[in-house]
Amino acid sequence: MAGPDKNSIAFVATEVIPESPPPARETGIVKWGRENLFSSIPNGILTLVSLWLIYVILSSTLPWILNGVWTTSSLAECREVLAGKTGACFSVLTERWNQLLYGFKYPTDAYWRPNLAFVLMLVAIAPVLFFDLPRKMLVFTALYPFVAFWLIWGGTIMAPVVALLGFVIAGAFFQKFGRSNFALGFFGGAVIALIVWSIGGALIPEGASENAVLSAVPSRDLGGFMLNMMLGLTCVSLSIPLGIALALGRQSNMPLIKGICVVFIEFVRGVPLITLLFVASVMLSYFFPPESTVDLFLRVVIMITMFSAAYIAEVIRGGLAALPKGQYEAADSLGLDYAQAMRLIILPQALKISIPGIVNVAVGLFKDTTLVSVISMFDLVGMIRGPILASTEWNGVYWELLGFAALLFFVVCYSISQYSQWLERKLHKGH
Amino acid sequence: MSELISDRAIDRSKMQVSDNVAIEINNMNKWYGTFHVLRDINLTVNEGERIVIAGPSGSGKSTLIRCINRLEEHQSGDIFVDGTELTSDLKNIDKIRSEVGMCFQHFNLFPHLTILENCTLAPIWVRKTPKKEAEETAMHFLEKVKIPEQADKYPGQLSGGQQQRVAIARSLCMRPRIMLFDEPTSALDPEMIKEVLDTMIELAEEGMTMLCVTHEMGFARQVANRVIFMDAGQIVEQNEPEEFFNNPKSERTQLFLSQILGH
Repeated sequence: MAGPDKNSIAFVATEVIPESPPPARETGIVKWGRENLFSSIPNGILTLVSLWLIYVILSSTLPWILNGVWTTSSLAECREVLAGKTGACFSVLTERWNQLLYGFKYPTDAYWRPNLAFVLMLVAIAPVLFFDLPRKMLVFTALYPFVAFWLIWGGTIMAPVVALLGFVIAGAFFQKFGRSNFALGFFGGAVIALIVWSIGGALIPEGASENAVLSAVPSRDLGGFMLNMMLGLTCVSLSIPLGIALALGRQSNMPLIKGICVVFIEFVRGVPLITLLFVASVMLSYFFPPESTVDLFLRVVIMITMFSAAYIAEVIRGGLAALPKGQYEAADSLGLDYAQAMRLIILPQALKISIPGIVNVAVGLFKDTTLVSVISMFDLVGMIRGPILASTEWNGVYWELLGFAALLFFVVCYSISQYSQWLERKLHKGH
Repeated sequence: MSELISDRAIDRSKMQVSDNVAIEINNMNKWYGTFHVLRDINLTVNEGERIVIAGPSGSGKSTLIRCINRLEEHQSGDIFVDGTELTSDLKNIDKIRSEVGMCFQHFNLFPHLTILENCTLAPIWVRKTPKKEAEETAMHFLEKVKIPEQADKYPGQLSGGQQQRVAIARSLCMRPRIMLFDEPTSALDPEMIKEVLDTMIELAEEGMTMLCVTHEMGFARQVANRVIFMDAGQIVEQNEPEEFFNNPKSERTQLFLSQILGH
């Protein structure tokens, strides 16, 4: 007998029960289907309805996509080729490809510049995203904004060099004095940077940009998906540090700093982004002296950065609040000062908790860059709504154009989200 | 309460109380809002003393030792640690904190750093010790608390007792002159209590000045040279352990001891 008798208490196994295959219905596709698709009558019905829905969607979109026309030069021509059949006019994408990517005013012979800037961007953000890469690559990351500025806007190389010089000298000053006295280092550095910039700016000759190696491109000539990428990248990278500063400021014991941060965050969060953009495009010029011309791109960057920094600050505040008080006490009890405790103990943990929230804001911000089309900047959506759809050749090609815009944004946003999930798994330390 | 630490003879050769004053607290008072948590505390601790602070929960014993490294601020009276007065001067506070080690009930290790990094962080950043030297010191103390093999793990992978021993090693890496223990064994299983108490006994045997808030009366009896009993924010009784346990003077102490030892 292989198993114990139901009625006996004592039992010793006398033989080994041989292995045998499971019943057929317990393996393979049959089992999977029964457990996952048809486990009960309502679930079976749900499965059938879902299959039907997928069929309906694919049967109406697939012919449209597969029949697509890629080579005509206007909507009328495209309709002739299709001759009444269902089909997409993707030729608008091929014909207007450059406009969609770079806008319609960027000099055609200079497309290599944003392309190169894009490739360099991948190199520059790699060490920020992947910690295993050599830390020395961060030097290039620090130089990248200046290189990219010079590549995209062109003009005299003096401008980015002076800007870089200001940062380097201010940084060196902070290194020397900021250790012993943070306030002296910080504000002294800021003043020195301003001095360097104003002297350097005055030294650049008036017509320096006219015969420069790279021809100067004014901001209003930027456009297309390039503009979305530029706004998105600049604003995300500026708003995370600003958001951290605001979140720490909101926790501060100093009532004035705390008050300023609270008012800023609550005000900016309580206002729609679109109104801030209108302020940037119309109202800000009332606040600057009449002869000053602060670049529209810069004004928009400031507004979007402020907007997303307020949200990021709230996300990080949540992360800070989630840390047990003991972490602060342990850091204090070891004699770490405020800056060290924040940098080494509190922020690494709080930021890790905040990753999903920060990514959420970053993805939202990137998509919100399309709102600049409302203040007549020709980003991807601005290009589609304006020059392309208004043209006689392509009037009425909504699905293909907006679908393409959706696809571009989806690719970028999905990559960001995948990266953040990878990062969360990587930072998980078993607690 | 449990008498977990009687299986080994304690080496008392280095447990000597010197005449130098390590901590001096004069007429110290503290309020939380209007609640008077610490009332007129006077306490002098000499170097090499091992003091156990006992008392019912809410009696202010944790608050008292947390005032010594200014995790809590006192509102009147004064506290001198190693001759330096604790005021709101941040420089003095950081100086005192780097001389005074502290272990918490919930260990408070840094979960995002490895055990080794937990131990080297403060020496590197506060003492500016070179990394290599800090790591050697850290390994020395991890060996002392008998977990060198865990150096590359993260706190979340260790048991409670191991974590508390790491926390002790982390404090020791700063080479403190005084150690504060805030209920170091209250969050641990009985088996782990023993390993942590053993570590603390070794520390006492080397002559460390220690202030322990604990309910381990066995530890108090065997290691402490003075037991302080607190109730309702004031020091009710203090005495040598023998006298304190066998012949408590105040009624409140007698009641407390009968409750804590009587089962």
